Amino acid sequence: MPVSPTTTRGRLWLLAGYGAALLLLLAAPLYLSDFRLNLLAKCLAFAIAALGLDLLWGYTGILSLGHGVFFGLGGYAMAMHLKLEASGGKLPDFMGWTGVAKLPWFWEPFRSFAFAAAMGIVLPALLALFLGFFTFRNRIRGVYFTILTQALVIIVFTLFVGQQKYTGGTNGLTGFATLFGEPLKSPGMKTALYFATVAGLLAAFLLCRYLVKSRLGKVLRAIRDGENRVRFLGFDPSLYQMAAFAVSAALAGLAGMFFVLHVGIISPSAMAIVPSVEMVLWVAIGGRGTLIGAVVGAVVLNEAKSGLSESFPDMWTFFLGGLFIVATVFLPGGLVGLVRQLAGPFGRRNPSHEQLGESSGEQQPVAPREHSG
Amino acid sequence: MALWLTQLFNGLSVSSILLLIALGLAITFGLMRVINMAHGEFIMIGAYSAYLVQKIFQSSLPQGWFDAYYPLALLLAFALAFAIGLLLETALIRFLYGRPLDSLLATWGVGLVLQQLARTIFGAPNVGVTSPSWLDGGLRIMTGVVFPYKRLFILALVALVLLAMYLYIYRSDAGRRMRAVMQNRDMAACLGISTRRVDAVTFAIGSGIAGVAGCALTLIGPIGPTIGTNYIVDAFMVVVLGGVGKLIGTAAGALGIGMLNTLFEWGSTASLGKVLVFLCIVAFLQWKPMGLFAVRSRSLDG
Repeated sequence: MPVSPTTTRGRLWLLAGYGAALLLLLAAPLYLSDFRLNLLAKCLAFAIAALGLDLLWGYTGILSLGHGVFFGLGGYAMAMHLKLEASGGKLPDFMGWTGVAKLPWFWEPFRSFAFAAAMGIVLPALLALFLGFFTFRNRIRGVYFTILTQALVIIVFTLFVGQQKYTGGTNGLTGFATLFGEPLKSPGMKTALYFATVAGLLAAFLLCRYLVKSRLGKVLRAIRDGENRVRFLGFDPSLYQMAAFAVSAALAGLAGMFFVLHVGIISPSAMAIVPSVEMVLWVAIGGRGTLIGAVVGAVVLNEAKSGLSESFPDMWTFFLGGLFIVATVFLPGGLVGLVRQLAGPFGRRNPSHEQLGESSGEQQPVAPREHSG
Repeated sequence: MALWLTQLFNGLSVSSILLLIALGLAITFGLMRVINMAHGEFIMIGAYSAYLVQKIFQSSLPQGWFDAYYPLALLLAFALAFAIGLLLETALIRFLYGRPLDSLLATWGVGLVLQQLARTIFGAPNVGVTSPSWLDGGLRIMTGVVFPYKRLFILALVALVLLAMYLYIYRSDAGRRMRAVMQNRDMAACLGISTRRVDAVTFAIGSGIAGVAGCALTLIGPIGPTIGTNYIVDAFMVVVLGGVGKLIGTAAGALGIGMLNTLFEWGSTASLGKVLVFLCIVAFLQWKPMGLFAVRSRSLDG
């Protein structure tokens, strides 16, 4: 809900816009080639992760640079299921190469799709709860938390590369064939997976919308704008922060599962530092603190990435770097904020706090600086 | 015994490199609250300036002079990183004071651009820098224990930089102004200190030290456009562990992480070692959330 318009007409227009967007997405298999459809599906999967990150950063004010890890955990859970299905009753090929004789016990249950899919969501959430428990409770927050999440990325990355016999090492997991016995590459399967992703994104969006509109969402925003005030009002911010972190991680895991289904490979490089920070950029460009902004940012940037990096691979990095600077200095509200600014003179501006996104405390040029002495 | 000595020295050596990298961060992050993700790229700038000086000495100066290139490279690395740091502060960072997370993202972008720039200019593959011959070989302590001169040189360099920073921050007029601004910006401004200038110079010094660190890194391995990213997260951990705002904390943090890293990697594997170090840090922060040497403050959000 980028705008919570006060007028019925504004609300109708907004609903019409969302409806049109959904129709466009649902009709995409009719007008897109297989390649483009696959690309769009990948972008939509990323959008799910962006929603989660937005819930954490845009609404709760906690910046995680470690969402690649949660994304990767979801991806690996699904990938292992596909790998086991592809290998039939035998050991996955990479385990044979590295001299593992028997499937390790912890991979055994991944033969079941339901278990793998559940783990793809539960594992990231548990890891987030674990890290959140040991940080938020001690009031480790802000940049300290951000740095810790980045360290998490490094260690999980090294761990997955290092434990080659269990994870496939640098190459990751690939060479999948079927899902439920149906070839992954068949057109019918591709379309079905696309619709599954649209459904997943819709569900994630509605969940986030529900959370944001609920009492919980109010507390989250209050924590973002003044954590100590919330504490003095008798809330325990760390519980809410942990909840937001866990939901956010679970959504990233879900995104990772869809990603594997569309792309057919997961490797540690998908959970390295650069992809993790890129996720943050999707939210920043789209507009943090607005759910639709996160979705738009993820889709637009990833489409732009595949377009630009196909033709000018070098330019993409310059472009990406430039975007980070532009987004933080000139576009703190992201694309959604820009649209609102342009629409400002025409539409009624929404006086609510939400519109400014995170800007409340942070944007003031001469914000009072904390004194460290 | 010999093995222990070697491990101890390795730990010390790793710590010294971490410290050199973290010192620059301790200034920009610890004192100015700016998360400079481009810090790693300032390391890269320092490393490539050493590479350039070496190239020039090889191609256009007499053979015998080659060994003298290193001190010059150190100076150039500092100066270049200092200048680019000053530029960055004026053009970008000063708009982001008081917004640490935004400064993090913007400087990450700067880092990406600088990396790609280096890739365009010098090419993506790593390049080697020939060390001066007076740093070849090592000091033989006992049978089987040799301390390479290069590592000893880095240790000495770090000690020197640490001393210089101590003198600058705690014993010079400029340092006093800097501490005043960091402790109470408004009051410092009222007393006639140009906070703009102090900010710019402080940031530039932090960047310059990163340049020196990059120059030192050329001694121990090949350099490439992403050389900085390998160290930057560890260096941030040093600052977090050591506590923000005090040099002694940074030194202790670097020693702790460097030693633990060496110890765990020796005792288990490299990848498990990293996990163990991370767990140790998180466990430690349970006990002292503000790091080893926290600056006491009465402000609630300090």
